[in-house]
Amino acid sequence: MSIQPLEFEKPLFAMKDKINELEQMSQSMNVSLEGEIERLKTQADEVQIKLYRTLTPAQRLQIARHPQRPSCLDLIQMLSPDVWFELHGDRCGTDDRAIIGGIMEIEGRPWMVLGTQKGKNMKENLVHNFGMANPEGYRKALRLFQHAEKFNMPILTLIDTPGAYPGMDGEQHGIGQAIAMNIREMARMHVPIISVVMGEASSGGALGIGVANKIYLLEHALYTVISPEGCASILWRSAEYASRAAEALKITSHDLLEFGIIDGVIEEPTGGAHYDPNLCAERVKETVLLGLESVTSLGGSAEWIQQRYDKYRGIGAFCE
Amino acid sequence: MPLRDWFASRKSNTDKLDASLSNQKISDDELCRLWTLCFQCHEQLPTKDFTQNAKVCPKCDYHFRIGAWERIAQLTGQEEYFQEHGRCESQWFQELFGNLTSADPLGFEDTQAYRSRIEDARKKSKLNEAIVTGEAVLGSHRVALGVMDFSYLGGSMGSVVGEKVTRLIEYALENRLPLVLFSSSGGARMQEGTFSLMQMVKTGAALARLHEAGLLFISVLTEPTFGGVTASYGTLGDIIIAEEGARIGFAGRRVIEQTIRQKLPADFQTAGYLLKYGQLDMVVRRPSLRGTLIELLRLHQPYQTSHIAQNQKITGAKKAPKVKAATS
Repeated sequence: MSIQPLEFEKPLFAMKDKINELEQMSQSMNVSLEGEIERLKTQADEVQIKLYRTLTPAQRLQIARHPQRPSCLDLIQMLSPDVWFELHGDRCGTDDRAIIGGIMEIEGRPWMVLGTQKGKNMKENLVHNFGMANPEGYRKALRLFQHAEKFNMPILTLIDTPGAYPGMDGEQHGIGQAIAMNIREMARMHVPIISVVMGEASSGGALGIGVANKIYLLEHALYTVISPEGCASILWRSAEYASRAAEALKITSHDLLEFGIIDGVIEEPTGGAHYDPNLCAERVKETVLLGLESVTSLGGSAEWIQQRYDKYRGIGAFCE
Repeated sequence: MPLRDWFASRKSNTDKLDASLSNQKISDDELCRLWTLCFQCHEQLPTKDFTQNAKVCPKCDYHFRIGAWERIAQLTGQEEYFQEHGRCESQWFQELFGNLTSADPLGFEDTQAYRSRIEDARKKSKLNEAIVTGEAVLGSHRVALGVMDFSYLGGSMGSVVGEKVTRLIEYALENRLPLVLFSSSGGARMQEGTFSLMQMVKTGAALARLHEAGLLFISVLTEPTFGGVTASYGTLGDIIIAEEGARIGFAGRRVIEQTIRQKLPADFQTAGYLLKYGQLDMVVRRPSLRGTLIELLRLHQPYQTSHIAQNQKITGAKKAPKVKAATS
């Protein structure tokens, strides 16, 4: 599958196309263009390094939202290629497919895995509602968390959502309450919880499955209180200021690591996870296993709950 | 007194009165303050009657928005004291954690710098932050009480609000007190970014402990309660009460209309609407709130430990035995 370039990647892609063209030409016409090709290749490498080293928050946001970025189901498939039982439904009449959950196995240990699922095309997005869950999705998640607790499985949550779905039914069915209840219940779960933000984690919709002992962000992923577009339209009164809002909100993985809000950044393949999903999954697996190890080494469930409490108890900036 | 003298003295008295009245000019401002215009039915109401009616329009029942201190005054029966002083600290309410103020962790600046927004808000609202927390006596019950104030940056929840709510919950746990929180908020405070967002977890995790300790939490949602507050402590009450006239929701009405491309019903997200859909236990008019809370507190007292009126003094000396928060 070829990668769809983002707007800011187009000059780089043009250079690479040119190199390919020259290579083909030199082969088919049997002329030696090696010097020229080498020169272009070094130039392209330089451009590439510079481009991805100086990404703005708005560009990272584009990478995080890239339609080819590995989704939650892709990652599960790569983390646990042989074992995957999806568990459905909130037992109250609905199976919200914006959040999917089930049991997987990593290195012989069963995990309960939950995640918001974005589609890769319109058809998939209609099924998964663009990764925007309704209250029923959060209640399904809670049911599965409790299942994990009962059978002593660690929980992995994979977050990639623009937020909970802002709809009429959601308000009638208590979207706020469903998220709040998940926050409270996740805070007192007797099993370790690890959370990985794969793309964008926006507002309460992310927290509804996001309370964890360890939170990791993929390098280009973001964790924000409100989407930069939403922030811009409220504070600047126009969504055109989204890239400024993205900057002001300090939502990149490195900012959040510096603030002590997250526990680690998972380095992505050059250009983003979609350039090499398998490598990315390998790194996620490594990080998640290390995270679990460091949580379980604390002792038992009382210590895990305490560590989770202390972690969030310490977040806040104020004067007194 | 002969009749003629009586008339004469009466005349001189009225003259004196007229003179004193004309000396003592009532300013337009003062005159305006004597009357209040109802936003809903446009009736001119004598301010005194209106204030005595808990700032509810006697004609159309419109509930005017009130600030945190006025709310506390109403709940603890100190309205008169509040009218004079603008605050009401006494044996009925002692403020806790009042010295906490916002920092600016992101150095945030949009059309105005966050720091200057904070300064403006402090001047305008005369508050240090968007919530007042403390220990109160309602009827004969000691409670940990927090009241949000919409006039401070739209009651938005940043680090300070999250911290004060969490400390209040921890105070309730330590002293085995029921918790009453009045919410009024536009949601999380954008200017503190992800710090604000995480306050939802901080408060929620503290409430998990309160829940496990078997202590009562009554959440009262007042006009308006939205976003991050709705999706954290606002809806985690053992009992959720909405004040009459409150609008409550997670997403804003405009955002939903733009998303679903439909016009929403006029009563969408009102207290009555949410009651109909099972999201609230009850909708209560403001004049009945104090009584309702006291009754609920009475009914939820642990049977064996009667709190009744230990001189209603909050000195902190009479702390109940400390109970370690259950963590497992």
